[in-house]
Amino acid sequence: MSGWRIVSRTEPREWGSVVIFAVAFALSLLICALLLAVQGKDGLGGIGLLLSGGFGHLYSYGETLLKAIPIFLCSLGVALCFRLQVWNIGAEGQYVIGTLGGCWFALSFPGLPVWLMMPGMLASAMLAGGLWAAVAAVLRQRWGMNEIISTLMLNYIGIEILKHLIYGPWKDPAGMNFPVSPYFAESAIIGPVWNPDFWTGIGLSDGIVDTLAQLFGRAHWGILSCLIAGALCSFFLRKGMRGFEITAAGSNAKAARFAGIPYSRLVVLVMFVCGALAGLAGMQETSATLNRLEPHIVVGYGYTAVVVAWLAKLRTMRIAFFAFILAGLRVGVENLQLELQISSSFANTLEGIILITVLAGQFFNDYAIRRKPRQSVPGAGV
Amino acid sequence: MDGFLPYLLIIIPALAAAVSTGTSILYATLGELVMERAGVLNLGVEGMMMVGCLASFLGCYHTGSPWFGLLCGGVAAMGMSAIHGAVCLFFQGSQVVSGLALTLFGVGVANYLGTPYIQQKVVGFASFNVPVLSSIPVLGPIFFQHDAMVYLSFFIPPLLWFLFMRTRYGLALRSTGENPEAVRAAGISPSAVRWSALMLGGFLVGMGGAYLALASMRMWVDNLVSGRGWIAVALVIFAFWRPGRAVFGVYLFTGVTAYLFRVQALGVGIPSSFLNMLPYLMTLAVLFASSLKGRGSGAPADLGNNLKPGS
Repeated sequence: MSGWRIVSRTEPREWGSVVIFAVAFALSLLICALLLAVQGKDGLGGIGLLLSGGFGHLYSYGETLLKAIPIFLCSLGVALCFRLQVWNIGAEGQYVIGTLGGCWFALSFPGLPVWLMMPGMLASAMLAGGLWAAVAAVLRQRWGMNEIISTLMLNYIGIEILKHLIYGPWKDPAGMNFPVSPYFAESAIIGPVWNPDFWTGIGLSDGIVDTLAQLFGRAHWGILSCLIAGALCSFFLRKGMRGFEITAAGSNAKAARFAGIPYSRLVVLVMFVCGALAGLAGMQETSATLNRLEPHIVVGYGYTAVVVAWLAKLRTMRIAFFAFILAGLRVGVENLQLELQISSSFANTLEGIILITVLAGQFFNDYAIRRKPRQSVPGAGV
Repeated sequence: MDGFLPYLLIIIPALAAAVSTGTSILYATLGELVMERAGVLNLGVEGMMMVGCLASFLGCYHTGSPWFGLLCGGVAAMGMSAIHGAVCLFFQGSQVVSGLALTLFGVGVANYLGTPYIQQKVVGFASFNVPVLSSIPVLGPIFFQHDAMVYLSFFIPPLLWFLFMRTRYGLALRSTGENPEAVRAAGISPSAVRWSALMLGGFLVGMGGAYLALASMRMWVDNLVSGRGWIAVALVIFAFWRPGRAVFGVYLFTGVTAYLFRVQALGVGIPSSFLNMLPYLMTLAVLFASSLKGRGSGAPADLGNNLKPGS
């Protein structure tokens, strides 16, 4: 071997991961600039458009916040599963099935008042998403089926069910034959956080109301569910018995079983919770942004959530941070789509590159490359 | 009796379709199998197939030669495999996460770069009958009335079997998947073996992608691979990591799918949305069937683990 060797760092550097993220993000954006240049577009200019689209203006934060809501909820659930070493890639499908659950309630009981409609939609979306996820959990624990593949397949199947309903039984007869459901009743629509009448009504000055209007944009009351879910999650993980069990079983499943922790039940529980959160995300997204069911409710938030969970190392606050960042990049890509006419798959590309570069960069935090001592001791190479 | 006859008559065309649609999955399954036998779990197959698919399309589109296209597809997927190798073998990244990232990236970048070519056609591989063999009743139409890539695929499983079981390299490859320390003790670098398996497997996966662009579709459309990469990953488990069983698994998988499609064409009331989700349901069924035999039976013992750095 050469004169260098790789040694494990005993204590990873505090600032290390920040530097790694910064470098990895910059590198990813450069690669994207290259990809734009390949298609004859202005690469660096494109990256500028991307960043300004996501974070450059006051109003872009509203759009970013809007997208961050479903990503955060899905990611929170995914992170919970990852904690237990359950590789749930199925947030996408759980989001879809949750959406269907919520839509079913909204379309079936359009006459309900809002105080019955909202809890009903919430419960039916969370139950649908949760049960969908629990299928994969049971298959894994009862029959040892690989959850990565099963959850992925359930994603594809969920999307097919959505298509079946939207092109068939749920299609709006008045929808000009487009694959859309009828619009929800007023009581089934989640409103935007910023509602000028409401905020002026409680005595805020016009200037502040205007700034808030731009800052929140189309972001809806689903933000509240993010705050509640995030707070509950971090509280239970820190203080609750179940949280302790999840952390313990995640680090060593076998030892946990010996200690009497019901591992299988935990797996089903976290998968159910993840599905419920993803379902909630889907329901809110449909109700607040589209006001009806449309096929393009499915845009890959479930996969973004996996990236976010991993980048955040499963910590709740960091999930919020990275959900916001990746949501911003998605908004930025939409800006690129408009300005440079590129395909929407650019968002996934960018997320994939970020994940790869951060994954590789992590190495520099965990290991150091040192020069070998001149006289090598046998066995010192590890 | 008359009622059953149509259902019997469609078996042969269904099996013939199974062989042609299965070819892409077969290449990918064998590729993933090679990598996993050496201990590298590569969940990026879907993305690698997409990239291989696009590269083969572009290669063929610009030169008019399907063989050159095939080469491009294989090499491009090898490049993707090299990314996985760099992340996992050198940078010690998690193989699961790296594979997922590779899929995200591969599917995205192929769709992005392919956008200007949507609906563009290529020459591709034409089908031709193998002299003599194609006139054998039953077997002829099933196996010998396809294109060159299908015939080529018949040779890969026995070659792989020979490689694994009859060569020193194959022994080293299998041992690296089971116990890399032992391989090191024998004076062979397990990291080099894993790299070589990644390259070989990557090329095969790329051929699987190439088949879709050059033989199945002969044009570019968005999301051409649509989950076949994941089916391949599942079929490796079903095959218990053995090339022979992989062939059986692939043709069983595509055979049932093709048969049911034809049954629907006979006018039996199978909803078309059910047929659309059939490949994914079948994948679940395949996984289920393999898990009945026992958890991960036949899996290489060191599958998914990284080698210790600095060695």
